[in-house]
Amino acid sequence: MDAKGALATAFDVGELTFEPTEVAPGLSAMAMNTEDSLREYLRLFVRIPLLGRIGPLASTFDFVADAAPGVKEILGVGKLCWEVRERHYDLIVVDAEASGHIVSQIGAPKVIADLVQVGLVRDQTQWMLDILDDPQRTGVAVVTTPEEMPVTETIGLLDRLRAETGAHASAVIANRVLPAMFNRREQAVVDRLDDVMDHLVDAAGPAVATVVDAARLTEERRRTGAEHLDRLRAWMHSSGEVADDLPIVTVPELFSRGSGPRIVSLVAEALTDELDPDPMPATGRRRG
Amino acid sequence: MAELDNLLASREMVLVAGSGGVGKTTIAAALGIAAAERQKARVLVMTVDPARRLATALGLEEFGNAPVRIDPAEFADAGVKVRGEVWVAMLDTKAGWDELIMRHAPDAATRDAVLANPLYENITRRFVHSHEYLAMEQLHDLHARGDFDLVIVDTPPSRNALSILDAPNRMIEFFGSRLLRWLTVPYRSRLFTVASKPFYQVADRVLGSRFLQDIADFFVLFQAMERGFVRRAKEVEALMRDPRTAFVVVTTLETAPSYEARFLARSLVERGMALGAIVANRVLPAALASTAASDSAATLAEAADGDLATTVAGELGVARKTTASVLRQIATRFDDVALVAARESDRRAELADLAPVLLSVPWLAGDIHDLAGLGSLAGHLRNG
Repeated sequence: MDAKGALATAFDVGELTFEPTEVAPGLSAMAMNTEDSLREYLRLFVRIPLLGRIGPLASTFDFVADAAPGVKEILGVGKLCWEVRERHYDLIVVDAEASGHIVSQIGAPKVIADLVQVGLVRDQTQWMLDILDDPQRTGVAVVTTPEEMPVTETIGLLDRLRAETGAHASAVIANRVLPAMFNRREQAVVDRLDDVMDHLVDAAGPAVATVVDAARLTEERRRTGAEHLDRLRAWMHSSGEVADDLPIVTVPELFSRGSGPRIVSLVAEALTDELDPDPMPATGRRRG
Repeated sequence: MAELDNLLASREMVLVAGSGGVGKTTIAAALGIAAAERQKARVLVMTVDPARRLATALGLEEFGNAPVRIDPAEFADAGVKVRGEVWVAMLDTKAGWDELIMRHAPDAATRDAVLANPLYENITRRFVHSHEYLAMEQLHDLHARGDFDLVIVDTPPSRNALSILDAPNRMIEFFGSRLLRWLTVPYRSRLFTVASKPFYQVADRVLGSRFLQDIADFFVLFQAMERGFVRRAKEVEALMRDPRTAFVVVTTLETAPSYEARFLARSLVERGMALGAIVANRVLPAALASTAASDSAATLAEAADGDLATTVAGELGVARKTTASVLRQIATRFDDVALVAARESDRRAELADLAPVLLSVPWLAGDIHDLAGLGSLAGHLRNG
């Protein structure tokens, strides 16, 4: 939804368009575009087949969409719901906008229904809400990292999803989690290594102090991250029905170069290991 | 290493920008403390929606646009020696818009009609980067009042870093735009314009004429405030280019944020805005990327299961097996961290080319959640 080209880089396919591209057998990818979505909408619902004639219309409409509340969002979310309704795919994964925007996106049909009293768009909000609010069909997977702000935002997002939309969270995914380096007994040894630094230097040279520091720093980072995830877990357990039974799925820090198909398959493997092998019955899933 | 002190002493406004999640708010607060440590001045840090713990650390419990002074006793308790005053304010978009409307409305009737319009809240919350614009507007307001020697603004996190720079101009453009003209054409006369007739028919059918009318009503009122808004936006624009203003770009040395930081730094220069410094936050020690360290890790990996483990275990009085496992882990896991450190050094060098001053802040143990933590961060910033 928030196309900055990151998805195209992940699949290494050049540019993605509104028209889906098959990036692997059985896997298609597309980039949301409000104007294309409007074009499709007009063709399907208002039965304006002459693409040439709606060209200038669409650009004027884009202006309106910029200022009118919910119009841009409904064009995005409407397209997704349409794909779910028409069963064009078995599963639709949405790389949604950042957490600040996702609520207004999922909430767009509700906003439209509240603000627009008559008209075609209003009549169409109900079937969208039926899809978005059905936990069997739509789930929001909230992605976070084990850091202060992302965890705080995750808590805020889970809260707002519940309060402002009818959509259900289906999982929390903690990405880039550092694996533990030492058990408790080993940690006690690490804590006292300064006492035997002379021996370490004799064996591995003076730079060994840097190597030990690196381990301590990594462990400290891991511990801080774990504390944030504990905070998230504690909040989820005390949140009542908001997130009490949600799983936290972890994806380890891969220390790999930024992006591309290689890291995508590594993350996919990590997710496969973590997730229940039973396929979920959902047809529409989102990522926020 | 007085680079930061000089920057904070020579400017009256510092705008802290960068992508979300890089510690921008924390750096902005620390810059404020750094300035007050060095100067006997009144310093204001204006922030947007900080993490609650940081708000508590700053003594910010109530949301509001009115600046609050951090109690000097709290600094003393935290062991932070400030010579000046540190004030903080938290940007409240809704209250900010209300203030704008009250200021620019030509009369009480327009003001009340705008504030009561059903679309007011919904529209102002989202259109033409209103959040960014409000941050700039508030800055202008504070500067114009002259209550502070230095104002540091933690700019709102934005998807596109440029939106903060372009916000005033977009506001000006909006008032002259086709969109506003279209929105404010009386509903009936639209239908008589032959060229646009098909469009209105479609728009009516899809959105409903009532909704379009609500939008039109709102923008007709809004247009009445054009003069005030445009004049103000121009002043805000000028302030951003003023020699008394400088930007500080905050980033981590990860791929996406540093890419964004480079883009932002270049854009600032292109627009004739002053880039005072880049702050590289949460940086790994440069020594981790050294060849000596990686050679040492390789040697340690080999020695881990040999005599070294026996000696170390004996000296510490712990099991040899545990010791060997610790040494092996330390040695083999080093490569991952070293690789990250090497990448960071490379990005750091790229950023250093773009700014007159590049400050590195080491990854600090834990998160900063009190004044003492902010004080130590300020120390890191001042020492470069």
